[in-house]
Amino acid sequence: MTTTMTKRGSAAGPYVSAATNNAALAIADTAVKNAAPELPTLSHEEILRYSRHLILPDVGVEGQRKLKAARVLLIGAGGLGSPLALYLSAAGVGTIGIVDFDVVDVTNLQRQVLHGTSDVGTSKIASARKRIAEVNPFVVVKTFEEPLTSANALEIFKDFDIIVDGTDNFPTRYLVNDACVLLGRPNVYGSIYRFEGQASVFAMKDGPCYRCLYPAPPPPGMVPSCAEGGVLGVLPGLVGTIQATETIKLILGAGESLSGRLLLIDTLGANFRSVKLRKDPACPACGTREITQLIDYEQFCGSPHVGGDPKVSFQVPEITPLEAKAKFDKGEIDIVDVREPHELQIAKYPKVTAIPLGQLSDHIAELPRDRDLVLACRTGMRSAKAVQQLQAAGFTRVWNLAGGIHRWIDEVDSSQPKY
Amino acid sequence: MPTTLHLPAILAKLADAKALESDGNTVGEVVADVAVRFPALGQRLRDANGQPYPFVTFYLNDEDIRFKGGFAATVRSGDEVTVVPAIAGG
Ligand SMILES: [Zn+2]
Repeated sequence: MTTTMTKRGSAAGPYVSAATNNAALAIADTAVKNAAPELPTLSHEEILRYSRHLILPDVGVEGQRKLKAARVLLIGAGGLGSPLALYLSAAGVGTIGIVDFDVVDVTNLQRQVLHGTSDVGTSKIASARKRIAEVNPFVVVKTFEEPLTSANALEIFKDFDIIVDGTDNFPTRYLVNDACVLLGRPNVYGSIYRFEGQASVFAMKDGPCYRCLYPAPPPPGMVPSCAEGGVLGVLPGLVGTIQATETIKLILGAGESLSGRLLLIDTLGANFRSVKLRKDPACPACGTREITQLIDYEQFCGSPHVGGDPKVSFQVPEITPLEAKAKFDKGEIDIVDVREPHELQIAKYPKVTAIPLGQLSDHIAELPRDRDLVLACRTGMRSAKAVQQLQAAGFTRVWNLAGGIHRWIDEVDSSQPKY
Repeated sequence: MPTTLHLPAILAKLADAKALESDGNTVGEVVADVAVRFPALGQRLRDANGQPYPFVTFYLNDEDIRFKGGFAATVRSGDEVTVVPAIAGG
């Protein structure tokens, strides 16, 4: 069976790199090889499978062979990575690489359609591999179950033609951008928050890069993550599908790329519009080219923890739910709940002072400095920031409720639902 | 006809509106006017020195204002200014 063959002929498409010619494949199918002899050929099974592409002007046999020759790397197998993996594999992209080191969580399933209920608890990489094999067994899947870092990014990227950014944090977005600029690989960008998304193609030869658009990231905590702020489940479907479309257009050399434009997707307003992006001559990545190697992106983004991983705790005084419950029952502590009002309706702590994190600075004067205050939220991330904020305001008796209401439910009050 | 400032959902809640109108003559004046009316929003649109942040891009119609003089970019009646802050979700 030819499906597991990974070698291919040197390719004609501008974003498809050359690799060793595979004589066996070329001989196996002479029917379609005359279109572009240096591209991999299609088996009869593949010709039937891709029929609706083959009869499509602008794709055809040559386009399908370019897709087969293409090597696309997906950064992340989450919300954006899900439609990307599904559509690019279905379309017949020959080699799909995936970088992810996360485990499928039940809260992912509302949007991460690559993974299913039976995958909860298994690695996203394993789940993705299984699903892609079912969608299209002709696709070669290469997996990298590790965090993307300045140490490994160039080594991983160099064997791919197009990089697709579906990550969920600023340090990795700048890392992906800089590595793409350094290696001359297109960076197919997509980003989402709540009900809105952005998409573009960065790092094309004469086009702008992510740093041209945003020279520096916001300080940590200014822009909440999807885990903290929520996201409409269908939104990554929309944005990831746009990224998949741009990726396929680059491979085919068809149409007008999003390079030089930023597509803004507003689901509530049902608005799609694009604005112009210009290459910034002063951009340290693609303009002046001051950036000649990858830097420390955690430091650049001022992140106190790695890659938005909520399991890594902030360095603040903590109290466990059991300790907090015992002290609360004796009247020794006050609980300050920094979650949003709509979250309080889902699961509750006992009697609390409720102040959403974003409004904490306006209400500091109302909080007692002579009491032990336990700051609480959903998982302990926002409350850790709240503790830091109060410490900065001179509070000394402030504690973070470790693990938030999730751990509170596990250890103290199982009658409440997790969310 | 005044200039319209369009806000993404993440910022719209700070003004209780997705679009605000202003009679400023430059993008900076429009932003300053809005910042006075909605101080919490103002903090998200410009830094303590009144300068734009590197992670919040302003478009005057379809053009990035950094290539039109930044906050000094002149606005005309009926122009649309769109605020596009960096987001990272995926
Ligand atoms: Zn650039």
